[in-house]
Amino acid sequence: MSAALLEVSNLHVEFDTYGGTVQAVRGVSFSLEAGRTLAIVGESGCGKSVTVQAMMGLIPMPPGRVMQGSALLRGHEILGQKVINGKEIRGAEIGMIFQDPMSSLNPTMTIGDQIAEPLVVHKGYSNKKAWARAVELLELVRIPEAEKRAKQYPFEFSGGMLQRAMIAMAISCQPTVLIADEPTTALDVTIQAQILDLLKDVQKETGMALILITHDLGVVARMADDVAVMYAGQIVESGSVDDVFYRSAHPYTQGLKRAMPSNDPSIARNLQAIEGSPPDLFAPPAGCAYAARCPHSMQACERYAPQVFELANAHNARCWLQHEQSPHRVEGLYLGGRHD
Amino acid sequence: MTDLVRVDSLYKYFDIGGGQNVHAVDNISFNIAEREIVGLVGESGSGKSTLGKTLLGLHDKTDGAVYYRDELLPMRYNTADYRRYSRKMQMIFQDPYSSLNPRMTVGEIISEGLLLHRMMNAAQARDKAASWLERVGLHADHMSRYPHEFSGGQRQRIGIARALILEPEFVVCDEPISALDVSVQAQVVNLLSELKESMGLTLLFIAHDLSMVRYISDRMAVMYLGALMELGPVDDVYFKPLHPYTQVLVGSNPEPDPDSERARKSTEIIGEIPSPVNVPQGCRFAGRCPKAMDVCRAQTPQLKAVGGSQSLVACHLY
Repeated sequence: MSAALLEVSNLHVEFDTYGGTVQAVRGVSFSLEAGRTLAIVGESGCGKSVTVQAMMGLIPMPPGRVMQGSALLRGHEILGQKVINGKEIRGAEIGMIFQDPMSSLNPTMTIGDQIAEPLVVHKGYSNKKAWARAVELLELVRIPEAEKRAKQYPFEFSGGMLQRAMIAMAISCQPTVLIADEPTTALDVTIQAQILDLLKDVQKETGMALILITHDLGVVARMADDVAVMYAGQIVESGSVDDVFYRSAHPYTQGLKRAMPSNDPSIARNLQAIEGSPPDLFAPPAGCAYAARCPHSMQACERYAPQVFELANAHNARCWLQHEQSPHRVEGLYLGGRHD
Repeated sequence: MTDLVRVDSLYKYFDIGGGQNVHAVDNISFNIAEREIVGLVGESGSGKSTLGKTLLGLHDKTDGAVYYRDELLPMRYNTADYRRYSRKMQMIFQDPYSSLNPRMTVGEIISEGLLLHRMMNAAQARDKAASWLERVGLHADHMSRYPHEFSGGQRQRIGIARALILEPEFVVCDEPISALDVSVQAQVVNLLSELKESMGLTLLFIAHDLSMVRYISDRMAVMYLGALMELGPVDDVYFKPLHPYTQVLVGSNPEPDPDSERARKSTEIIGEIPSPVNVPQGCRFAGRCPKAMDVCRAQTPQLKAVGGSQSLVACHLY
């Protein structure tokens, strides 16, 4: 395995609110290799967006605080930094696209100007050269009549077109990492398929690494090489997409899969919901955060926070069931670390 | 099975000035049988929600007819019509955040319908609201709380209790799960199926998630730009789609299975849904259709039965 391009370790982020301090991210670690796609999956409020916002320096402080942790890009710390090796992190090293393209673009600037702006700021292009590049980028993201479209304003674009423009803007400075935060959640399935294909093509052409944040396991299956499943501010399972889908080792991953409708006609039509709701992160439980909803929880789960068990190469699960002395066996759950 | 709702050549246009109209619902006819769940799918802007709201009289009809148990519903509802029909026909809304009045307690929200219809006195209504809270999986002591104290999934349960407390026969569910997380979606879908069984409800279930519609529905209707493209038993439409648009829709739906995703060909659909103001001549889908022929651009295909299938499809290929 090549050395990781991006190495995040033990990231903790808190927010002060009137209701108390929310521990939004509680010790997240993952690594990303060049040219690969990592999907971070989880429900709303699990901390997946906060994790990447912390890397990008987008956490408003106050009320937010990065308590501890590090994020190394090619060995350089990026947390709390704006520039590494003379290159700005935001925009130049790491590009980002957001869920809602309509509210993420400036309504008073033409699309072309918005794509050209980072080229002028980060790369010192002349306005004319930046504009020409912006039109090229619009062509790259397959916007028809790019020259004409570049002169238009966001309100003249549809949701799918805006997301294409956002991608053009994010890749304009050839970032090494592109973060896509729910890039297709606001789009229809047909447009979603187009945007996902586009992201794959752009990645192939530029060789950038992609972090895809989503709650849709279908999108994960389609896009990801590696997957990190987050729950209540922690990664509960991580591994290759095949490990996580076919050898799920955490009951939460298993629960998510069973709660999703399968497209297999031979499978009976019933959905197994995960009962209850995620814990309150004002006062996270002492033990496993999932214990209250977990059908297999044991006494130890409520009392002690589970450690991370490595089950196979780069396949990890934060679950006591993986402990070799755990008395339980669970049907369909991969127990790689146990030899009994 | 008898038809509970019959829709005959229904039109709903919105006048946007300058002599132009948005063709939100354009000549739609179909029936919903008693105790049936019809899933209605389509992209945003295809007119699904408008169709649902027009059926319930929340929009005036532009033309055409809707029959409820063979009774012709008025083109435009007045207060008395709402009072009369809303006991039998209810709606569950998409957004559990904006569809509950933030200044009313949950108890007030749920019991309001009972009081408006003078079905019982305040004390009885409160008791009934409490029992409905339990029935949708919340607690009776949540009565005095306000909507902001609940999560999205819990609010959607409140919306369900509000709609069903009147014991309606027909409920339009307008994307009731789109705003919810995966694990909570399953909870709400399972709750709706349970209530459908125990109350003998008939549902029009609007969604853009095809696989979820397949789970809950008996028949599936596919809408595109104001028109029905395909209508049939849910597994036929899902696994043997006839209309090229249905094929694209099913083919774009990513499955939570890496192996089948790796085997998937990239999508063939190009472009985006055209404006419903200038509806193209002929078939609405012709401009994006990989199989379009000359006839498609000239003649509008009508929904018709196809040999060897129980589905109806509006396509010149058949």
